[in-house]
Amino acid sequence: MANIASTSASAGSDLTARALREAVFAGLISLGLFVLFVGLKTDQNIRNELVLNQRWGLLAIFVIVAAVGRFLMVAYIQPAMARRKAAKAEAEDVVKEETFFKRNFSKIAIAALILYPPVIVALVGVQGSLKWVDNFGVQILIYVMLAWGLNIVVGLAGLLDLGYVAFYAVGAYSYALLSTYFGLSFWILLPVAGILAAFWGMILGFPVLRLRGDYLAIVTLAFGEIIRLVLINWTEVTKGTFGVSGIAKATLFGIKFDASKDGFAALMGLPMSSAYYKIFLFYLILALALLTAYVTIRLRRMPIGRAWEALREDEIACRSLGINTVTTKLTAFATGAMFGGIAGSFFAVRQGFVSPESFVFLESAVILAIVVLGGMGSLTGIAIAAVAMIGGTEILRELSFLKAVFGPDFTPELYRMLIFGLAMVVVMVWKPRGFVGSREPTAFLRERKAISGSFTKEGHG
Amino acid sequence: MALETTTMKKDPILSVEHLSMRFGGLMAINDFSFEAYRGDITALIGPNGAGKTTVFNCITGFYKPTMGMITMKQKSGKEYLLERLPDFEITKHAKVARTFQNIRMFSGLTVLENLLVAQHNKLMQASGYTVLGLLGFPAYKQASKESIELARHWLEKASLVDRADDPAGDLPYGAQRRLEIARAMCTGPELLCLDEPAAGLNPRESLALNELLRGIRAETGTSILLIEHDMSVVMEISDHVVVLEYGQKISDGNPDFVKNDPRVIAAYLGVEDEEVEEVIEQIEEIEGGQGGSKK
Repeated sequence: MANIASTSASAGSDLTARALREAVFAGLISLGLFVLFVGLKTDQNIRNELVLNQRWGLLAIFVIVAAVGRFLMVAYIQPAMARRKAAKAEAEDVVKEETFFKRNFSKIAIAALILYPPVIVALVGVQGSLKWVDNFGVQILIYVMLAWGLNIVVGLAGLLDLGYVAFYAVGAYSYALLSTYFGLSFWILLPVAGILAAFWGMILGFPVLRLRGDYLAIVTLAFGEIIRLVLINWTEVTKGTFGVSGIAKATLFGIKFDASKDGFAALMGLPMSSAYYKIFLFYLILALALLTAYVTIRLRRMPIGRAWEALREDEIACRSLGINTVTTKLTAFATGAMFGGIAGSFFAVRQGFVSPESFVFLESAVILAIVVLGGMGSLTGIAIAAVAMIGGTEILRELSFLKAVFGPDFTPELYRMLIFGLAMVVVMVWKPRGFVGSREPTAFLRERKAISGSFTKEGHG
Repeated sequence: MALETTTMKKDPILSVEHLSMRFGGLMAINDFSFEAYRGDITALIGPNGAGKTTVFNCITGFYKPTMGMITMKQKSGKEYLLERLPDFEITKHAKVARTFQNIRMFSGLTVLENLLVAQHNKLMQASGYTVLGLLGFPAYKQASKESIELARHWLEKASLVDRADDPAGDLPYGAQRRLEIARAMCTGPELLCLDEPAAGLNPRESLALNELLRGIRAETGTSILLIEHDMSVVMEISDHVVVLEYGQKISDGNPDFVKNDPRVIAAYLGVEDEEVEEVIEQIEEIEGGQGGSKK
């Protein structure tokens, strides 16, 4: 007993000594690396002369961070990780019982989303809820819906689409233009926008039927840009870069959300606030997103959904089984585009203003990143990824205390894309198949077993 | 039994006439004709690079032949010219299913799902091209239940029923071969084309494969056309053997005839220089004999 204790104690002191040694090395290396980069800085003074600023304090911070970091890494983090790995290997044999939370995750999440606006209103009041319902709730749900729509094309059918935002734009402009020119109501135009976007999905689908992989990606990217450039340059109809403004708001069974006598607030006997409209929009986009999820889940169990997944796995085998790959691809494009279009018309009604600025390539990239991060094909994973990505970047606006740390000029929003990129790299290293890498089978004989991501293919076009 | 089938009047299910396929300057198949008879297991054999897989790709529509005509005659009497149909319609309408030399599974789908994908066209119709199925009409539920039963049936035949809920990519090689055949059978074909089904199988697995193929023929009356290198499989199960060398037919007949055909032996084993004349003599003799009996 004493023997064991003494060996472990000596192992501990060994470890500390090793950690200290490595910390000193790390410090020396960083000193060598940064002495010229950080320690000395060349500047121009007011007479345009080159002066050498010495920043030994900053250099010391760099060196100390490197040394302390290395020490902590070697002394504590690495042993802790090794222990965890060993514990995990031991626990492998024990069958994991899924917790109640895990089994009913989607139901709990939907219930939480339905309760979200009242809870927020109760916590921060009607006016205070605006930010939380609109900036966080609605904004995230739009991306959830878009990513679920793109998931049909990329995650299920394995067709890499870099121009998905084009359908979002088609939907938004369909609503904006048809409502301003013809005065049609939102509820009529919502499905119309979906159908028009699906139509454009088919139009994109035809020329890219024979393309695969990189080539498909490039053509869809170009398609997205074409739609945007048409919106900019067709000024008679779209008003170009000025955008379409003053888009009619949505109504609830004919009740308007405004300050008039028969507006929503007056009818309910509530004080006028724009928050009610935002809460209404929240429930609307929640319903639309859930519709997308429901249709996706149903379609996966249909022959067409299975054909999409089979297409992702092996196109030639599909053809040998009598599946018409042309219509299969086109329906995937059209269905994905339809949800993009519906989300687009919601976007237009929420903003009251659309301009080509909102439909740049970056939006496509963000939506695709959410799909990839979430795990292609997994609705839950994609929703989590959307919350992390969009919610995470929104939360940066709230971190004003960072100004106290980094000085008053520091604006965390500016680091949005940097953090976004960093987060993607970290997640892809940690979970190469996204948050939820496994696939749910659509039918089973005896028991439903999740399929590991190592068997599914990403599709090649 | 074997005698009976040979004496019965032969009814061709597939006739390939004057098939030629040219890739640039290479004549992969040159004026190749043969017939596969209904209910038979026909084997297409030949040395490597003889053009066997090219013939298969022409029959199943993956290549469009340069010349020639491929006629599929169904039980109902309907005839299809396969060289004019797109590949997926050959399976869908003409009822010719195929497997691949390098197995093509949907590895991320379960074994059961693989068989359900094969029943796509039937289920598509039952689900009213997705619309009625999406609305929850009972016809689709019924059809979907039936399709699972059909899949279970073929899984039992291929002795894969225990692995039904595992991903297809997780199966061992031999089981994947059997699964591919089961999947092709789920399309309800009248002619099943197998591209080297026994490649890479151990003796026990190839015995099981023979059983499976015989079972398929006995139960459904599906005619089978197979490419094979494994002579034990070919000689054991086939009723009719066609030999291809350099894109041309060199022999055609029952297994015993083909096995003793000197041209086939020469093609497979090669002949030493001093024997060439002898072989040629033999060939001429046989050709003379054949010509005499035909005309």
